[in-house]
Amino acid sequence: MRAMGPVDRSLVRDVAAIAAASGVIGASFGAIAVASGLSVWLASAMSVLVFAGGSQFMAVGVVAGGGSPVAAVIAGLLLNARHLPFGLTLTDVLGERWPMRLLGTHLMVDESVAFALAQPTPERRKAAYWWCGGALFIAWNVGVVLGALAGSTLGNPEALGLDAAFPAGLLALLLPSFFAPSSGAGEGVEGETARAHEARAAAVRARWVAGGAVLIALATTPFLPAGVPVLLALLAVGLVLR
Amino acid sequence: MTLLPILILAAGTYAFRLAGPLLSQRLQVSARVQGLLSLSAIALLTALVATAALTANGGFAGWARPAGVLAGAVLAWRKWPFVVVVVSAAAVTGLLRMSGVG
Repeated sequence: MRAMGPVDRSLVRDVAAIAAASGVIGASFGAIAVASGLSVWLASAMSVLVFAGGSQFMAVGVVAGGGSPVAAVIAGLLLNARHLPFGLTLTDVLGERWPMRLLGTHLMVDESVAFALAQPTPERRKAAYWWCGGALFIAWNVGVVLGALAGSTLGNPEALGLDAAFPAGLLALLLPSFFAPSSGAGEGVEGETARAHEARAAAVRARWVAGGAVLIALATTPFLPAGVPVLLALLAVGLVLR
Repeated sequence: MTLLPILILAAGTYAFRLAGPLLSQRLQVSARVQGLLSLSAIALLTALVATAALTANGGFAGWARPAGVLAGAVLAWRKWPFVVVVVSAAAVTGLLRMSGVG
């Protein structure tokens, strides 16, 4: 598929790792959803249509804990509001044609956004977004169906430590934006040094924003509903405005 | 839960996802604003990493998970392959839990 852009083996391998983890977590979502009263097909429909793991766990958890469906929907939407600013940064990866753009929009999840951001060129951004989003969509939904069918016989993913896999993977994708690529010493070309200077300045800005975002999110998490602290972390961008 | 709340959650989530591409179609985005938008995504994803690594249900997640994420972070910083980072983070957390660390 030409629309996927250039692809190399390392990208496919990295995507496969995060998709495999997503499949196992999907299986646990399926098992938990069925255990809390959803039918297999409702759990699967939710996973295909919503396709945002955190909000799915949240919505099912709210209802299982005795909350109303309205509360479950509001909690899930609060958690998913971060997709709006994500979409603003991703205009170049979705392409020009509307059918593809509408399809690609549905593949917008934390991992596909982080994978795209980690790429150096527009072509690679596009390839990373579509491969990661597509692989996660398939792995997540297959996992949910299998987990729902297997039901409560499936163990919880916490025992496997999979709850650490996702933050670690996202962090690995973010790290390069905090460090400027070390330029070959003594290149001496005027344009090269200016570009290296700009790359260093961008890395410094990213570090300030990230530091502020961590402080805001962690300080507000005990007091605010899930999802809101992450949105508030956007205020950290103000640290580099002047 | 019935189908209706699921459909509303799905429609709302898709609307959040579509709003970005729709808005950026209408607006001419300067290079400076494009840079700030990239920083916004970094802020959101970093906040997500911090809350996912350290918190659960509004409180501290226990030591096993942050320890695993830290192990993954060190490997990523030492430029180990992504697969190794993800698997090691899960393995460290899983092994800590197996040996009784919360």
